[in-house]
Parts: sequence; C-alpha cells; structure tokens
Amino acid sequence: MSLIVESLVKHFTTYPALKGVSFTAPQGAFVALLGPSGSGKTTLLRILGGLEFPDAGAVRFADLNWLAVPARSRRAGFVFQHYALFRHMSVAKNIAFGLSVRPKAERPSRREIARRVEELLSLVQLEGMQDRYPSQLSGGQRQRVALARALAIEPRMLLLDEPFGALDAKVRKELRGWLRNLQARTGITTVLVTHDQEEAFAVADLVAVMNDGMIEQYGTPQDVRRAPRTRFVAEFLETKGRPRSSPPLEDRTGFHSWRDLN
Amino acid sequence: MTTRTRRAAEDPVAMRLICIAITAAFIIVLLLLPLITVFAQALAKGLGLALSRIETHDAWTSIRLTLIVAAISLPLNTLFGICAAWAIAKHTFRGKVLLTSLIDLPFSVSPVVAGLAYVLIFGMQGWLGPALRLWNIKIIFALPGIVLATLFVTVPFVARELVPLMIDQGRDEEEAAVSLGAGGLQTFFRVTLPNIKWGLLYGVLLCNARAMGEFGAVTVVSGHIRGLTNTMPVQVEALYNDYEFVGAFALASLLALLALFTLALKSLLEWRYAGEIAATHRH
Amino acid sequence: MPVTRQADRRRKPDALPGFRLTLGVTLFYLCIITLIPLAALLIQPWSNGFHGFITILTSPRVLAALKLSFGSAAIAALVNMVFGLLVAWTLTRYRFPFRRVLDALIDLPFALPTAVAGIALSALYAQNGWLGAPLERIGIKVAYTPLGILVALVFIGLPFVVRTIEPILADMSLEAEEAAATLGATRLQTLARIVLPTLAPALMTGTTLAFARAVGEYGSVIFIAGNLPRVSEIAPLLIVIRLEEFDYPGAAAIGVIMLIASFAILLALNLLQRRLARR
Repeated sequence: MSLIVESLVKHFTTYPALKGVSFTAPQGAFVALLGPSGSGKTTLLRILGGLEFPDAGAVRFADLNWLAVPARSRRAGFVFQHYALFRHMSVAKNIAFGLSVRPKAERPSRREIARRVEELLSLVQLEGMQDRYPSQLSGGQRQRVALARALAIEPRMLLLDEPFGALDAKVRKELRGWLRNLQARTGITTVLVTHDQEEAFAVADLVAVMNDGMIEQYGTPQDVRRAPRTRFVAEFLETKGRPRSSPPLEDRTGFHSWRDLN
Repeated sequence: MTTRTRRAAEDPVAMRLICIAITAAFIIVLLLLPLITVFAQALAKGLGLALSRIETHDAWTSIRLTLIVAAISLPLNTLFGICAAWAIAKHTFRGKVLLTSLIDLPFSVSPVVAGLAYVLIFGMQGWLGPALRLWNIKIIFALPGIVLATLFVTVPFVARELVPLMIDQGRDEEEAAVSLGAGGLQTFFRVTLPNIKWGLLYGVLLCNARAMGEFGAVTVVSGHIRGLTNTMPVQVEALYNDYEFVGAFALASLLALLALFTLALKSLLEWRYAGEIAATHRH
Repeated sequence: MPVTRQADRRRKPDALPGFRLTLGVTLFYLCIITLIPLAALLIQPWSNGFHGFITILTSPRVLAALKLSFGSAAIAALVNMVFGLLVAWTLTRYRFPFRRVLDALIDLPFALPTAVAGIALSALYAQNGWLGAPLERIGIKVAYTPLGILVALVFIGLPFVVRTIEPILADMSLEAEEAAATLGATRLQTLARIVLPTLAPALMTGTTLAFARAVGEYGSVIFIAGNLPRVSEIAPLLIVIRLEEFDYPGAAAIGVIMLIASFAILLALNLLQRRLARR
C-alpha cells in the first residue's frame, strides 16, 4: 500500500515542470515536498490529486495504477493553497459536500452526514461555526474548514498545497503541530508542499528537496539537514533557514493547546 | 470661513462645474428627451386612445410574436453562452483568442447584413430556396427566420458576460469539487452556477432586451406581414409609416418600459452584486 | 476551424470534465448561427463575376450610400470620443446630485429598441418637435437631413465610449496624478500627459466600437434620415431596398463590403485589446 512515484515527466507549453521525478513512501508516511517556487512541487502534488496529468511516468498507490483513476474517484483529500472553499456554501455545507455528491446508493443519510459534519467540526475546533460562510472566517479558520472538508471523504491520501502559506507565524505553528498529530493518529498517507524548510522539517517523516523539476535529495529531516547531498540543498537550507538551534521537541509533536483534542 | 486647499488630484471648481453642466445637458438632450418623447407622443391624445391602440389585433399578435421569439432565443443563447464560457474560461486550448473574436463578431456586423445572409441562404432565390419550397418549409418571412436573425444578433451577450467572470473566478473551486468526488454536472450546478448566477442573469437580461427590440435583422427576414410576422418593433415601424402616430408610440411605450425595467434591474445588479458580475461591461 | 480541432486531438486529459462537449456545442452553434450564413454572403456576389460586383459598387447611388454611412459613422464616433470622455470623467470623478440616474441613463441606447429610438428622435427633431421647432427658428434643420443621421448615430454610440473608459478611470490610482503634481506639473499638464495617455487605448477601443455600431446602424437612423437617394440614404437601407426589389446580387455586393469593413474593425479592435492587455 505504499506510494510509488516513478520518473514523472511533465512539460508545460513553454517550460518543463518535472524532469523525471521518482520517490517511494511507505503507507501512512508524511512526505514534505520542499523547494523554491517553480521547482515543480505543486505540479507533482496536482498530479497525485488527479488535477494534472504527466507526459510520462507512473504512480502506484494502494496497489492501483493511480494515474488511471479519475480525480473524482481517487478520494485524495486535496487542500488548496487558497483553500478553494465554496464561497456560497456555509461551513457545514462545505464539509458535507464530498458526502452529498456521492451516488444515491453510497450516500450516507442526511442525519449521518450531519453527525459526521459535527464530528469534523469538533476535530478542527470549529464547533458552532457550521452556519458561517467562508467570507466570515479568519484565514486559520478557513484553513481548518478546508482540512475538514478534505477529511470528510475519508481520504486515502491527503494532499496539502502550501497549507499554511497565507497565515501568520503564530497560527501557522499551532496548525502545524495539530496537523502532525492528526496525521499520526489517522495514519493517512500525506504529501505536503512547502517552501518553508522549518515547516517541512517540523511535520514530515520524509523530505524531498526539489529544484528545477527534479528531486535533489530525499530522506528523513535529520539526514537532509545533517548531510545535504548537493550544493543546491546546502545553499537552500543555508539561505532560507534562519540560523538557530534545532527546534524544540514541541514543534515536532504538536502544540500543547492542541495536544489533547479528542 | 475656512479656505480648503485643493488636493493635488482634484480639479478646479470651475472646471468641475462646467464638466457637470455639459454632462448633464448632453445626457438630458441626447438620451432623456427622446425617452420622454415616446411616452408624451403616446399619451398626446389621452391614455384611453393609447390603450385602445394596443388592444388591436395586429398589436396583440406582434406582442405575442415578440414574446415567442424571445422565449425561443433566450434559452438557446443562454445554453450557448454557458458552454462557450465553460470551454474558454475553465480550460486552455489553442485558438482561444480567435474563438472569442468569432463570438464577438455579431457586435460589429450590421444587423441588416445578418438578415441579408439568411435571405441569401433560405430565401426564394437563395441556396436552399428551391429545396425548402419543395418540402414546403418556410423560413424567411416566417417565425424560423425571425428567430434565426434574432439569435445572430444576440449570440455574444451571455458568453460575453460569463467569460471574464469565470476567468476571474478561476478553477480552484471546481477542482476542489472534483477531488471531493463530484461529477461534471454536480460540479457545474452546485459549485459553478451559484457563483455565476447574478452575472448570468445580467447577461440574459441584456440578451432579452436586444432580442425583443431587434429591428434591423428582423425587418429583413420578417416580410412585414401584419398580424402574422410583424414583431413589436416592426409593427411600430409599420404604424409610424402609416401616420398612425398614437398607435406607433403606444406600442413603442411598451418597448420603452421594457428598456426602463432592464436598466433598473441592471443598475440594481451592478450595485447590489458588484462583486459577482464581471468587472467590466462592454457590449 | 482546423486549428482548434488539431489542438484538440493532441490534448492532454483534463481534471475538469466537459471540455470537448462544451467546445463542440460552441463551435457547432457558431457555425450554424453566424459563420455559415456570413460565408454564404461572402460567396454570393461573385456569381455575377468580379466585374458585375464592381459595376454594382461603383454606381453613384451605392457609392453615395457607402460614403454617407462610413462618413457619418466616423464623425459620430469622433463626437462621441470627445463627449464620451468628458461624460465618463465627470461621472467617475465628481460627486453631484442625480449622478447615479445620469449614469444609468448612459445605457439607454443599449436597452431601447432602435426602432423606438428612431421614431422618438424623429418626432423630437421634426419641424414641430420639442427640439426641431426652436432649431428651425435659428435656421438649423435636423430631421430628414444628414445632420439627423449624425444625431441618431451619436445617440447609439455614446455608451460604447463611456462604458469602455469608465472602468479604466475608476481603477486608475490617484497616485500618478499626485506624483505629477509634486513634480510641479499643473493640473492641465497632468491631465494631458498622465491621464490622457493612460486612457488612450481604452478611448480608441470605445471609439472604434461606437464606429462599428454606427456603420451598420439601421433602426434609429431610417426614421430621421429622410432617405433621399444620394443625399441621406445609408448603406444598410439600400440593402433593404435592393432586397425588396429582389435584387439579391445588388444587396449582397453592398453587404459584402460592409462585412469586410466589420472584419477590419474587429481586427483593429483585437490589436487595440492586445495593447490594452499589455498594460
């Protein structure tokens, strides 16, 4: 049931976005794709979500030829960079969307859907917000609605595109720890795209440093940080990483305030 | 008394007053007076006479025909506009610019030329004329021709409104819907349509105004058969040419009321739903 | 459109469904409603040979009608360029009573059926009309003269100019103007050297749109024009007259010239648009 990405190549009309990308992640792993903008990490994520299609290469997941599965059947919970919440739907309707569009035979009853929404709302700490509209929420709250919406379909894979990019530093740290906990608890294979190495190292089991459509280095945060294998990785870590002592343990395991939820 | 210094990007008072005066005068003389004239002429000999002129058989059939034409062409152009906007705004393909220009083409073609084109195809001496006569199908000087001519001049309205709006909204929400398991129609009806509904209404509104009021294209293909193929604008012309001024202006008043209704609703939409209709409106 | 179909075949899959269907419907509909009829028109006049085509076009009556249509449309577009700019500036930059009403009225020519506008203008400017009578007294005749045509064309063209430049004016930040002022420019210099160049492409686009509409305009013109052959008979009217005489080649020849003009205008508009987009 592991995720196997094999030599993905993707060209856009003018430039190559992926020049042969391969990596393997075990079931339940938390993978961070780390790199500067234009390195191809979002393209890779969109391919995993079925929103983009590679020119060559293969993806296997859950013993399936993943690329042959259409996006709507993949059950890949995708959290968009700008959340892409349905602006005309309340929070509850947003979260329920994935369940309510299922074919009649597979659709949970109205009450069951309501119960699940309730559950997810408390999971993302938004109890009582179900009737709000996205425009009435703060950035952090929107982010959590987007997560709840993606989790509602019981995703086989969770895909996060710069999920904390638009949030301020404090909220970002809180959510990061919480996400790490959630992932550990649910065991959903998760791929996160970020340009922030601190974030990547804080949440992921495995980090793929990307540059110019290729993976420069792939390994655990410790390995990547301790032994950068290419000059790019070394320079990227050096320039972007504010020199500081290694982050406190809390950063990896989650913030106290989030720890005992559920 | 305080003397306020003028802000740098502000115009002198005299210039402002002159500009406002010219603008008001220009709009009142050029636009408002003709509008008032329509109602004044219709009511020149009393409301009763004006109403009685609308109740004639020919007037009624022209009203009915106009409503039928609008009822056929609006759904067709709406469907077309939605399809075109979905293809153009939510996808990338080569030839997009060319396609957009082709959709806009009717805006720069004379309505009379559009009507002429249909006559050349379907008219008695037209390409398909003999075949149509053989099968006893009437297109020119009949309802199908009037509908076709109306469709031609109103093709761009809905598409024009939706394309910029849908480009502006991007495809994030649709992608999210698909990744959550929604099918194409579910995505459209539950995610796209609610986001474009006011813009769509705006486009349909303008399309309707033009469809009901089209004169040049319809006049060429209608054949001017009173009580049969005269739409309201064509009937207005016929009455006017017969020096039936009260009748002509009475019927014209109905069309002017439609125009006022359209303008009011349009202003309301622009004011109330500014964010949900396209940013620029050019017609 | 072979270009599009070719691109279609090489197309990669897309996450959002319905592209082929909607593009197909779009192309099919366009072909039926606009492209095939216009193609039919383009082919028609050559049935009498190129010579026949030229003979029709060079008859004095046709030449006069074309000259009148294009000439008066050009003058009307210029009038609208000047007044449209002023009106748009006033409506977007100044606050005054009834501004909203005046602004809403700008769209009247879009909403009012042209035949209605035609008879209204004609009644208004007739000898005994509200405006016609006083103008007559000072020796100006509008109705049933080329001047009447101009009035009608200005009427229908105004919203094109105003509505094209209004959004640009509204989006224009005051900072550039303020910067100019701090650099010592007078208000007039600022308007001429900062505001006007910024507006120029939109103004050109609006004027071209007004011109395009005016060239082909029929309904609002024919009632006030007088329709005297070689004096106040516009080209679209001549097409209608030829059709009523069942002179199809005669009508088609004029139609083709007008259609070619439309294409040329459309091309110009596209080039303008591209310049606009580059800003």
